[in-house]
Amino acid sequence: MAHRSAYRILVCSIAAALCLGLVGCSKEKQRLVVYTAAEADQLPAYEASFQKAHPEIDLVWVRDSTGVVTAKLLAEKKASQADVVFALAATSLIQLDDENMLAAYAPKGAAGRDPRFNDSRTPPHWNGEALWSTAICVNTVEIAKRHVPVPQTWDDLTKPIYRGMITMPDPGSSGTGLLTVSAWLQMWGEAKGWAYMDRLHQNIAQYVHSGSKPCKDAARGEIPIGIAFDFRAAKTKSEGAPIDIVIPKEGVGWDIESSAIIVGSKHRAAAEVFLDWSMSQEAMAIYAKSFAVIAVPKLAAPVLNLPSDLSSRLAKADLRWSARNRMRIITEWTRRYAAAKATAP
Amino acid sequence: MMARPIFSLTGMITLLFCLAAMVALALPVAVLVAHSVMAPDGSFTIAHYVAYAATPGLLRALSNTALLGGGVVLVVLPLAFIFAFGLERTVLPGKGMLAAAASLPLLVPSLLPALVLIYLFGRQGLLAPLLGGRTIYGFPGILLADAIAALPHAVIILRTALRAADARLYEQATLLGASGWRKFFTITLPGARYGLVSAALVVFALTITDIGAPKVIGDNFDILAIVIYKQVLGQQNFELGAVAAILLMIPSLLAIVIERAAAKRHAAVMSAKTRPLQPLPSPLRDRLVGTVCYGTAAAIVLMLVVCQLVALVCLWPYDLSLTWANYALDRFDGGGWAAVGNSALLAAMTAICGTSFAFAGAYVSERCKAGTFFRGLFSRLALLPAAIPGLALGLAYVLFFNDPANPLRGLYGTVAILLIANVTHYYTVAHLSAVGAVKAIDSELEAAAQMLGRNGLSVLLRVVVPMSAPVLLEIALYLFVNAMTTVSVVMFLYPPGFKLASIAVLAMDDAGDLAAAAAMGMMIFYVNLAVRLTGQWLFAHGHRVVGNRAPTRFVEAAI
Repeated sequence: MAHRSAYRILVCSIAAALCLGLVGCSKEKQRLVVYTAAEADQLPAYEASFQKAHPEIDLVWVRDSTGVVTAKLLAEKKASQADVVFALAATSLIQLDDENMLAAYAPKGAAGRDPRFNDSRTPPHWNGEALWSTAICVNTVEIAKRHVPVPQTWDDLTKPIYRGMITMPDPGSSGTGLLTVSAWLQMWGEAKGWAYMDRLHQNIAQYVHSGSKPCKDAARGEIPIGIAFDFRAAKTKSEGAPIDIVIPKEGVGWDIESSAIIVGSKHRAAAEVFLDWSMSQEAMAIYAKSFAVIAVPKLAAPVLNLPSDLSSRLAKADLRWSARNRMRIITEWTRRYAAAKATAP
Repeated sequence: MMARPIFSLTGMITLLFCLAAMVALALPVAVLVAHSVMAPDGSFTIAHYVAYAATPGLLRALSNTALLGGGVVLVVLPLAFIFAFGLERTVLPGKGMLAAAASLPLLVPSLLPALVLIYLFGRQGLLAPLLGGRTIYGFPGILLADAIAALPHAVIILRTALRAADARLYEQATLLGASGWRKFFTITLPGARYGLVSAALVVFALTITDIGAPKVIGDNFDILAIVIYKQVLGQQNFELGAVAAILLMIPSLLAIVIERAAAKRHAAVMSAKTRPLQPLPSPLRDRLVGTVCYGTAAAIVLMLVVCQLVALVCLWPYDLSLTWANYALDRFDGGGWAAVGNSALLAAMTAICGTSFAFAGAYVSERCKAGTFFRGLFSRLALLPAAIPGLALGLAYVLFFNDPANPLRGLYGTVAILLIANVTHYYTVAHLSAVGAVKAIDSELEAAAQMLGRNGLSVLLRVVVPMSAPVLLEIALYLFVNAMTTVSVVMFLYPPGFKLASIAVLAMDDAGDLAAAAAMGMMIFYVNLAVRLTGQWLFAHGHRVVGNRAPTRFVEAAI
């Protein structure tokens, strides 16, 4: 009989757990679905700040790499699941805007915003929060073991001494990958840009899904040189990884993390509240911890391990050109490099 | 006379089961096929297949897939055979531990062996010097990781094949003076041939449909599963994804059809006069086989130990101090600790719903006399899920349930669709086990209970269910563990507010957080292990409640 009651207790507790779980899933506050390419380790701070200001709204994050989020939004065009897009590359937002997917809205928020961070129309269709740019993570321990110097320029990376020692993100999935490739094409012209990538390809060990992975792989010494982005490089270094952060002197690619309201959102009021928050002084203070260049220049602060003159090291690049040529660049890049690497052993 | 209304009721139930199978399986797969041959205007076209063939690298993915499937079969089959031989035909000590160790890979997603291989044989791996400058990434890495993942499945099949030996054959061969090797090649191997074919096909099908290992360690060695993933998630190109899914479905379908045919013929080989073989000691044989068995078991345990250790290390290989930092799962991609809870909840729901459904389905198709046509249809549909790769089913669900014209569209983006997908994907094994359990119960018992005045439902609940309890528990455990580890079934389907642990491992790897991925992978292992051990406890102690009672007592209890 004791065993029977043990059975019953088990069955009852499972049933209770399931009921609790179902109740937990179905609790409804105001639910705002936010598509974002912000980094997973940045989201908790954003979420906490927003919840503190607006406890009445629940945020449901859909986070993935820039390319995946953009493709998802385009695919869902007719019946979008998203209410708001947050911290997605402006390049992607311009592409979405060309498909008439973004609603015009001028968020309230901190004064003194740099107009170059916004869509130029009034009211703007998208609003930028912070700028991020390419940065190279170089593992000093592994570089020393191989008796090669730390590369300082883009050109250095194509030297034969670095064969098989470099990773970079796939521009199809990664926003960092795209802005890096796009800057090469714009700085040097298309012919020279592709010729550079052909040479670089000889030294690439792997093309990876995200812009973070190259730096984390470099941190573990797995592949000593990773083409990544500024926030990830600075954070990885401050966590104690033996890496040098290199900002090549020819100039680096950049893009602007931006937000917009999706046309047809059923939670328009909450979406506007979210956009207001994204431009608020509190939000800017959070961005300033990760990014050296933010929408309200006077609120920017030095970021540990990032050069203070980062804004003057950016390549001359036109986001509009990147957006209009995005699909063409990705297709050409995939044809040249992704497919070529898919070889049998 | 009393039973009559029940029969018509069960006829209705059979019909309902067929409808459910249609909605959960047949229609979505039909929609998937249709999408691969449909132009935007709805007319028939083979343009997507042409586009597939013309896209650079995609044809290569086809041959890579075949190469990988074949390679894993060649690695796993001999190893699993020796292992099964060690458990069934030798007198090795510690067989219980060996069997348990061999089943451990079932409790983790295939991502986990791949992660451990990177830590062991990657460029900074502990054992990397053994590779002499080569790397594990690409083909060799996927091969090994999938071999570990597929090993338990092959061992289970080959153990069954080797257990069914007739001692009389061996005695006669010994009398005729045959050597041990000769007996092995003339009796043992031929006797296990159906098991070998069956294991080879199952391993092949498992390998080519796996997404976890190739994603983590595959580098640029693209296979069909990766093509589906990239086309659907990366580019939202559902048509090309559908083509790849169909190409992946064809060999899986063939493999399963041949496997079922082989299993059927094997069953016919057994006879009632067969006398079980009692293995005798043979020092040389036992030492050789023992080395392989203990070595394999140790490697599997070591894999889990390494995975747990790297999850606790600060920064491999530079800072080896221990930390809980990688367990702050919320700091990483994939949904954090909530994802662990969500996965456990989904797995529990899959176990409960799947077991109930499979048992009811098996009971209806075995015991009901009405609705012959629908019973036949349902027992055929029940075998189909095993042949549909998880990625193909997931994509089929997206195309079917997210269609604006579908009245069931409300299910899309809910937890319910994950539940339906999981139950459907793992239905075949659950159904076949349940059919076995129902068949094992003497139908005269039910007749007796009915004569004593109980109606069909009461007989089912108070006689049949308690007597089948051990098998039901086994089915529930099978469903739980698989729902907890699957990536492919749920990858395209999980809603934004309900992230899952297995998917999180993948996302963490994509972001380069390998230690956190290892930590999350081990959480899946611990949840599965806890559930498995609880199940073992119930097997051991539940017997006192259920198993030892004479069957007639159930009938008495029912009255």
